Amino acid sequence: MSDFERFVHTFFNLEVAAKYWPDLLKGLGVTAGVGVLVAITGLLFGVVLAVLRAMQFRPLSLLIIAFADIMRALPPLVLMIVFFFAFPLIGMPMNAFTTVWLALSLVLAAYAEESVWGGILALPRGQSEAARSTGLNWWQTMTAVILPQAFRIAVPPLTNRVIAISKNVALGSVVALNEVLNEAQSASSNSGNPTPLTMAAAAYLLLFIPILYAARRLETRWQWKV
Amino acid sequence: MDALLRNFFNIDVFIQVFPYLLQGLFTTLWLSALVIPLGLVGGLAVALLGTQSESRWIRFLVAAYVDIFRALPPLVLLIFIYFGTPFLGLDIPKLLAVALGFLLNNSSYYGEVFRAGLLSVPQGQMEAARSTGLTRMQALAYVIVPQATRNVLPDLVGNSIEVVKLTTIASVVALPELLRVARDAQALLFNPSPVVLAALIYLALLWPLVRWLSRLEHKNMTAK
Repeated sequence: MSDFERFVHTFFNLEVAAKYWPDLLKGLGVTAGVGVLVAITGLLFGVVLAVLRAMQFRPLSLLIIAFADIMRALPPLVLMIVFFFAFPLIGMPMNAFTTVWLALSLVLAAYAEESVWGGILALPRGQSEAARSTGLNWWQTMTAVILPQAFRIAVPPLTNRVIAISKNVALGSVVALNEVLNEAQSASSNSGNPTPLTMAAAAYLLLFIPILYAARRLETRWQWKV
Repeated sequence: MDALLRNFFNIDVFIQVFPYLLQGLFTTLWLSALVIPLGLVGGLAVALLGTQSESRWIRFLVAAYVDIFRALPPLVLLIFIYFGTPFLGLDIPKLLAVALGFLLNNSSYYGEVFRAGLLSVPQGQMEAARSTGLTRMQALAYVIVPQATRNVLPDLVGNSIEVVKLTTIASVVALPELLRVARDAQALLFNPSPVVLAALIYLALLWPLVRWLSRLEHKNMTAK
């Protein structure tokens, strides 16, 4: 075998690929599913926190700031390991799915809160004053005037965060979540061949490159013009 | 409550493992001190090639490089490098695998940041610098890059905090950084307090930086 053949046989082995692709496909489904769930719950929770902070009730704001700081300072892998290995001992067992979903949602919520709050702060004060003077109440002002504009400012940082954090679903392999990296690792040790790892890398590229492009388009379309 | 104290905040365990965790923290710190400058230099090179190169091909290749390594989770990259290369007959040490994975991943992230910075410097700066007799390289080094860096300083700081947090994935290939040491201690003592202590150490290390970053971002926003 030439060197090139050996390389192909090692990293692009069709026999191994044929045998394990159903497992990897299942893993890809889990990765995509958990990623989408994290994006939805994380963003929603983050927006709720930003709106609560905009109420400017000081004790509540301080709590939200502390939450956002802690979730941005802790490595997500540390969070997952504490949830997965430590919480069962205080009577709160969590399976791998709950662990990954909860940990990443909390992290995304913290970043989303900061981005949306940044958007709210960046709006001129006159916006809310004008809205209130037309007779809208606080809640109407928030939902109809402030948030839609704040979102537009927050879109570039938000899309980056959503992508970076949903990629972290791969960290779930450490707590044995059956996502694509975990499937690939067990397939690779069962077959004694790294082809499944190549497939996992390819799967992530297939999944995320279109999302990167979609995000870029969203950013230009939603660009906030002053 | 008792279970919480015994399992999460067990003082005896804290005292027992603290010296080991400090060693782990030390490893985390020098690992960060290694991979952050590597990523910064790589990122600046990527950004300069992507924005300044005359060749469309080079610009295209750089854009592809950035997209690929932004789409790949760093853990996938690290596992691919660490568990894949032995099959080629190469036995690369853990540290090299980690450094390589971080370089590929970080240079594309820092590259995007520097790119935004370079694009934020008005064209006239280059023209004015050239007209004073500076060469293109001198103009980049003394006029463009310093301004670009200052414009994206908050993003550079933010990305560097992410890199420090990311060093935890080195635990997966058994590099004895803070998280790994804590997990080993947890397995040895059948008590998760070491991991909780590690989390507290990460908080103590990174919370001030996160606060500083928030203020930096805020200042930047109001300054504009």
